[in-house]
Amino acid sequence: MDQVLLNSILTLSGIAILASSILFIAAKKFQVEEDPRIQDIDEVLPGANCGACGFPGCRNFADAVVKRGHVGNAFCPVGGNETMKKVGAIMGETVAEQDPLIAVVRCQGSREKAPKKINYLAARSCALSHMTFSGEKGCPNSCLGLGDCVFVCLFDAIKVNEQTGLPEVDKEKCTACGACVTACPRRIIELRPKKDKMVYIACMNREKGAFAKKNCQVACIGCSKCVKVATELQGEAAGSQVESFLAYLSPAIDAEKFGAKIVTACPTKSVVGIGLENEVAQIREEEKKARLEKAKAMKESDALKGKE
Amino acid sequence: MSVEQLTVSPSPHIKDSHTTKEIMWWVFAALVPALVVSVYFFGWSALRVSLLSIFFCVIFEFLIQRFMLKVSTTICDGSAAVTGLLLAFNLPSTLPTWMIIVGAFVAIAIGKMSFGGLGKNPFNPALVGRVFLLISFPVDMTSWALPFSSEAFFGVDAKTGATVLGMVKEGIMQGKLISAMALPSLKSMFAGNMPGSLGEVSALALFIGGIALLFKRIISWHIPVAFLGTLIFMALSFNLYNGERFLAPLIHLLAGGAMLGAFFMATDMVTSPMTRWGQIIFGIGCGVLTYLIRTFGAYPEGVSFAILIMNALVPLIDKMIRPRPFGVVKK
Amino acid sequence: MKLKTFRIGGIHPAENKLSRAASIEDAGIPTKVMIPIHQNLGAPSKVLVKKGDQVKVGQVIAEPGGFVSAYVHSSVSGTVSGIEDVTDVSGYRRPCVVIDVEGDEWLEEIDRTPELKRECKLEAKEIVEKIRQAGIVGMGGAAFPAHVKLSIPEGKKAEMLILNGVECEPYLTADHRLMLEHAEEILIATQVLMKAIGVDKAQIGIENNKPDAIEKFKTLLSNYAGIEVVPLKIQYPQGGEKQLIQSLMDKEVPFGGLPIDIGAVVMNVGSVFAVYEAIFKNKPVFERIVTVTGKSVAKPCNLKVRLGTPISYLIEKAGGAPEDTGKVISGGPMMGKALTLIDIPVVKATSGVLLMRQEECERHEESACIRCGRCVTACSLGSVPYLWSREIDQGEWEKAEADHVMLCCECGACQYACPANIPLLDKIRVAKNKINQIKRARSQK
Repeated sequence: MDQVLLNSILTLSGIAILASSILFIAAKKFQVEEDPRIQDIDEVLPGANCGACGFPGCRNFADAVVKRGHVGNAFCPVGGNETMKKVGAIMGETVAEQDPLIAVVRCQGSREKAPKKINYLAARSCALSHMTFSGEKGCPNSCLGLGDCVFVCLFDAIKVNEQTGLPEVDKEKCTACGACVTACPRRIIELRPKKDKMVYIACMNREKGAFAKKNCQVACIGCSKCVKVATELQGEAAGSQVESFLAYLSPAIDAEKFGAKIVTACPTKSVVGIGLENEVAQIREEEKKARLEKAKAMKESDALKGKE
Repeated sequence: MSVEQLTVSPSPHIKDSHTTKEIMWWVFAALVPALVVSVYFFGWSALRVSLLSIFFCVIFEFLIQRFMLKVSTTICDGSAAVTGLLLAFNLPSTLPTWMIIVGAFVAIAIGKMSFGGLGKNPFNPALVGRVFLLISFPVDMTSWALPFSSEAFFGVDAKTGATVLGMVKEGIMQGKLISAMALPSLKSMFAGNMPGSLGEVSALALFIGGIALLFKRIISWHIPVAFLGTLIFMALSFNLYNGERFLAPLIHLLAGGAMLGAFFMATDMVTSPMTRWGQIIFGIGCGVLTYLIRTFGAYPEGVSFAILIMNALVPLIDKMIRPRPFGVVKK
Repeated sequence: MKLKTFRIGGIHPAENKLSRAASIEDAGIPTKVMIPIHQNLGAPSKVLVKKGDQVKVGQVIAEPGGFVSAYVHSSVSGTVSGIEDVTDVSGYRRPCVVIDVEGDEWLEEIDRTPELKRECKLEAKEIVEKIRQAGIVGMGGAAFPAHVKLSIPEGKKAEMLILNGVECEPYLTADHRLMLEHAEEILIATQVLMKAIGVDKAQIGIENNKPDAIEKFKTLLSNYAGIEVVPLKIQYPQGGEKQLIQSLMDKEVPFGGLPIDIGAVVMNVGSVFAVYEAIFKNKPVFERIVTVTGKSVAKPCNLKVRLGTPISYLIEKAGGAPEDTGKVISGGPMMGKALTLIDIPVVKATSGVLLMRQEECERHEESACIRCGRCVTACSLGSVPYLWSREIDQGEWEKAEADHVMLCCECGACQYACPANIPLLDKIRVAKNKINQIKRARSQK
């Protein structure tokens, strides 16, 4: 009995020693020398593997940067300037700062503003719906509200609001990776510089105004008032334009200074001002007051005329 | 014009009337004749086992979906009920209640839900439950009540006997010749008048149910025909070689769970191949393994193991056997 | 006798050919027509008229914008009231020539007599040119310009002309009625087409649920050498081009290839009838037969319709839209397109208008795949829709492409057969779209 026990212990130990020495030799012999900086960079990157930088994943980003020896134009929008500073430090260079971006949804055709005229009954996919017809709202450029953007977002930053049927971007969570921009079959989502105060046109309609208004109360009708106001205030450099009945406001517009005026210039309320609510309300209030006063003055003058 | 709000969807705009639910309840209905026959032979204890098994399978599925997975329950689609009935059909009528509960739990919780529920389980859940019980409680699982024994009607202390295949296996181990064994007549085997688990006794009733499913196009003929055909072919070859050592094909067909297995267990859509050729290969595999296990293996009955082994091969079969895409020439 | 059919797959939905016995009626002329400029596969046509122009019936209003493109003719006489964007079958607004109807004045060269003509002295090239001039496209639904099909490319040889009289879509009877009422014309045109592509053999494939049409052809065939009528098994999608060629010739169109690669030229019987009218009557395509049908429709019928007529006008002709209408489909229930409006104009490829009841258009809730394999059994192209569906759910587009998802002809048999109500074809469409994008991106690199 003892002999059996001893034998088996010895045999097993022998096997263990043999196997471990093979492993040890193999590990030494086949060890791949890797630039430690790749690992370092990989560690500072967010690790979301979202592909926003243009590389398939974070590791590939790190690999590419180290292999070519400089950061160049590689930029991780998810990590932002802070991460890129660290990457620069590892590579021994300073990386130029970039303005952080945020995704904005350029459609306001909510259930209320653009009521649905047709029932869509199929798989829940914007891509499919876009292939099938112009959408429940009738507008061929509107948000389809089926959430392809939500599905691709790795950061849980975009959600379809059940009340309006439109997607909303979470300012805190959005990393501007651009996944939703490419997922949207109608290219409604745009990446714009992230600021406290922003102004943009939330409409992609390229139909004539009359037709657009039939489908949606808040459609851009291409009247170009907003562009005119912007050009007046900031000059030609603003880069805004009107093309095929759709106005576009350049991100270069100084929303801080002129935003509220541009927002109030729009007759269909298709210009959205973020962080400008108070100023806009103030201007609207003033306008209302002015209108009332004018009406009052008219009435008075009419009354005076009547008396005379 | 009365047309107000039209519905728009991509084609096709019509749909075959078959639904998963309908398929499952048809399978259930096709098993009922066999249940009636076993109640006739084994009395109310057969009904007791069936009802308990169905009840606990459904309950376990409900509890797991409702409280563990927190998803909407799918007990109405009938798949749990079918699993319950199939499990009962694989049990002897004298099995104690707590073992039925254990079997139902293993079938549903381990055999089905742990893989992600309906459609994702690689093994037939009823067979998982059955084999678990067979290995854990071999004595209880192989005490078969004799048909018509008065005690069997109350389920306690029933007279028990071996199944036909069990008798033969034991006889051959003792060196007896088949002609010297006292086997039930083929007629009573066909009707179901022999000891055995609930569902496997009456080949006739199972056959009727199977034909109904074939006729309703719920199952296709490929698996049952390949399975039974292979079994008959192997049995015939060996029987012709030595009739005293190897059983006749008809007994193979009628005595054990071959009918139940071929029509109801192997044809389980979730755990069988998708393509027609794959199904034929699957059926042949089941037939070969069943015969080998019955004749050369340790157990007298091999249908369950054969189907489970073939279940494991299904992903491979599905990968290998695919229809040739139209107009694509193999390089 | 065993009927010919394709090798694998196929389904048999309820036929519901409600308008089978209704002979073709003239729908009349509406007060306004909207003729879409882009009615064919390929390059869009170029408009030749402008607002205020007077047009006659049969006058060219748009010319081809390339080789794979077609002429468009006016279907009415009157004044062009403008080139407007009108919602069409695609669900989007596209440019249309809108014409206010005044009288019914035809171009003089069009022969309006019903007299049968047989003499055709034209050369092969001239025949094809005449067909091009007449704006004939595939009238079965694909709208592929006919002259392109008939121009056999260099180095290829046509072996057989196949006439598609299958009409495997449930409900539709337009081709059936056409074959019954104009069998002789179709046969005469078939001979002309055989000459045009240089073959001495033609087969007419007809699904066996139209025995009267098969009989009719059989009685006439003795006068027409080389033409044969072949009854086919009732099985959807028998009328698909690839499937029909396989049924008749027992050959497969190679993946990514064209029927001409194996020597087949397939024409729909509707297009062949249009060829007859073009060659012998100088009449371009501005009319077609449209089936208006549906379970609740008062009077399912087959109408001879001027192109550009709003579908609502046809529905009125069939007894008005029933109260319970939930979906209006242009084409059949398997491959037709659901319409967003009922004022959509009839185009060359409109084979039918199907009004479905509200309860018929409901889709049931999707449940888990139970691997029943019905989609695989239903597919006539030997594909694996269940596998695609899984790959698509996981966004593995390249894998789906490797499993030949681009082979799918979108016949819808898999989705029809699925007991779990999985929208297989919906997913496949998304995948095909996505893979096309990926391919485009690849070719740009």
